[in-house]
Amino acid sequence: MSKGIHPVASLLAAVARGISGVQVQWAGCEPSERQRIYFANHTSHLDFVVLWSALPSYIRAHARPIAAKDYWEETWLRRYLAENVFKAVLVERGIVSKARSPEEAKFVSRSLIEDMVVALGETNSLILFPEGTRGTGEKVGEFRAGLYHLALRRPDVELVPAYLENMNRILPKGEFLPVPMLSLLTFGKPVQVEPGEEKEAFLERAREAVSSLRRIGPA
Amino acid sequence: MPQAIHDPKLMWLFGGILFLLVILGFIGDILKERHRDEASRPTIYNLNARVRAWWKMCTVFAISLLIGRVGILVVFAIISFAAMREYMTLVPTRRGDHRTLFWSFFVIMPLQYYLVGVQWYGFFAIMIPVLAFIFIPSSMAIYGDTEHFLERAAKIQFGLMVCVYCLSHAPALLLLKIPGFGGHEARLLLYLGIVDQMNDVLQYFWGKLIGKHKVAWRVSPSRTWEGFFGGVLSATALGAALWWVTPFTPLQSAGMAFTICFVGSAGGLVMSAMKRDIGIKDFGVVVEKQGGMLDRIDSLCFAVPIFFHLVRYYFVP
Repeated sequence: MSKGIHPVASLLAAVARGISGVQVQWAGCEPSERQRIYFANHTSHLDFVVLWSALPSYIRAHARPIAAKDYWEETWLRRYLAENVFKAVLVERGIVSKARSPEEAKFVSRSLIEDMVVALGETNSLILFPEGTRGTGEKVGEFRAGLYHLALRRPDVELVPAYLENMNRILPKGEFLPVPMLSLLTFGKPVQVEPGEEKEAFLERAREAVSSLRRIGPA
Repeated sequence: MPQAIHDPKLMWLFGGILFLLVILGFIGDILKERHRDEASRPTIYNLNARVRAWWKMCTVFAISLLIGRVGILVVFAIISFAAMREYMTLVPTRRGDHRTLFWSFFVIMPLQYYLVGVQWYGFFAIMIPVLAFIFIPSSMAIYGDTEHFLERAAKIQFGLMVCVYCLSHAPALLLLKIPGFGGHEARLLLYLGIVDQMNDVLQYFWGKLIGKHKVAWRVSPSRTWEGFFGGVLSATALGAALWWVTPFTPLQSAGMAFTICFVGSAGGLVMSAMKRDIGIKDFGVVVEKQGGMLDRIDSLCFAVPIFFHLVRYYFVP
C-alpha cells in the first residue's frame, strides 16, 4: 500500500473541498497520524470523498475508505480512482443478508472483517459508514455490526466518530448534480468497546456519539 | 493598460484611503496596547477587525481595477456566489428544491452577470424579478413537492434578489454612459463603497458615544436613534465632500450619499431581522472560515440598485 500519494489525489481533494465548502471542526480529538477508524453518518455519494478530502494530507495518505464494490467497479474510471487515488477497500454490499444459512452468513461477515483488518495493516486508517446505506439526513440510522467486530479485533485502533452535515442537501440520494451549499464536518471524542459490553449496546452508543455532533440541527 | 491608472482623481481617492488605513492601523495598535480593560476591548477589537476587512476590500478592488471591467464583474459574481451559498445553506430548503437550486446557482446567477457583461440592460433588469420569478415556482411545481410551497418559493426568490439581482447592479454601474464622465465609472463604485462603509462604522461610533434611545431593539439590540442619525448625517457630509470624484454637484452628492445611507441602514436591519428568523447572530457563526459574506454586504445589497437607478434616471440621458 505504500505506493505514495497519487498526483491526482491532492487536486481531487481540493475540488471536493471546494464543492462541499466543508468546514472542519476537531471537537473531540486532534488530527493525528495514529491508526484510527473514522466512522460517520451517510447521506450522500459525496460523503466519503468529502471526509477523505477534509483530513490533513499527511493523514489522508494513509486513510482508506470502505466503499461499495458494485458502484466503484462499474466503470473503468471509478475503478481506477478507487484503486489508485482513494485506495479504497471495496466490499460487496448485502452479501451477508444474501447468505443461505446462518453459518454462511457468519463466514461471509467474518471474511469481510478480515479484509478490513488486513486493510488496516500497521499504518493505515479506515473511513467507514456503519449505516451501510444512505439515509435522508434527518436522523442517523442503525449501525451494522462490522464496527463492533473490527473494534474487538483491533482494540489498539482509535474509533473516531464524525458527523457530516448538509451533504444530503448538496447531493441527495437520487440526484447526480450537486448544489454548492456549505457543509460541516465535526470529529468527536473517540469511543471504545467497554469490557464486557454487548454488541447492541456498543453500536447504539457509537450511533449516539455520531448524532450528538450535529451542529445546525434538523432543517 | 487599464483606464483606472490614468484617472488621477481615482488614484488620489484610493491613495487617500490607503493612507487613512495605515494611520487607522497604527491607532488601533496603540489603543490595543493602552486600553486593556474589559469595557473598551470589544470596541477596539471591532475597529481593528474593520480595518483588516477594509484592507482586504481595497486589495480586491485594486486587483479588479487593474484587470478592468471584467475583473470587477468577476469579483462581484464571486461575492454573489459566496453570499448565495451562505444564504441557501442557512435558509431551510427541502429535498424537492434541489433541482431548482441547481438552476439558480448554475444558470440564473451566471446569466445575470453575463447580461451585465454584454450590457443588455433590458434583459438584465427583468431577468430575476420577472423570468426567475415565474421559473422558480413553476419548476418547483413540476418537481412536485407541495409542502410549504409558497414559503420555499419565496425564500429562493428572496435569496436570488438579494444576493444576485441587487448586487449585480454594482458592476452594472460601470456601464452607465454619463456624459462627460466616460471612463471614470469605477469612481462611482468606490464612492458608493466608501459612503456605505462609513455609514456603517459611523453609526456604530455615534451609537457608542451618545446612543440612548433604542430603535427596533427586537431586531438588533445595539441600534439607537442617536447612532442612526449621527451616522447617516456624518456619512452624508462625507459623501458631499467627495463630490469631486462624482458627476454630481456637492448638493446632489449629499442627496445621493443620504439615500445610500438611508437605504443601506434599511438593508442592514432587514438582514438582522432575517438572521433572527433563522436563529443566528451572524451568518459567519455557523460557517466560520468562508462565512460572513452576507454580513459584509448586507447594507450594500439594498443601496446598490437604488443608487444605480438614481444615477441612471438623473444623469444618463
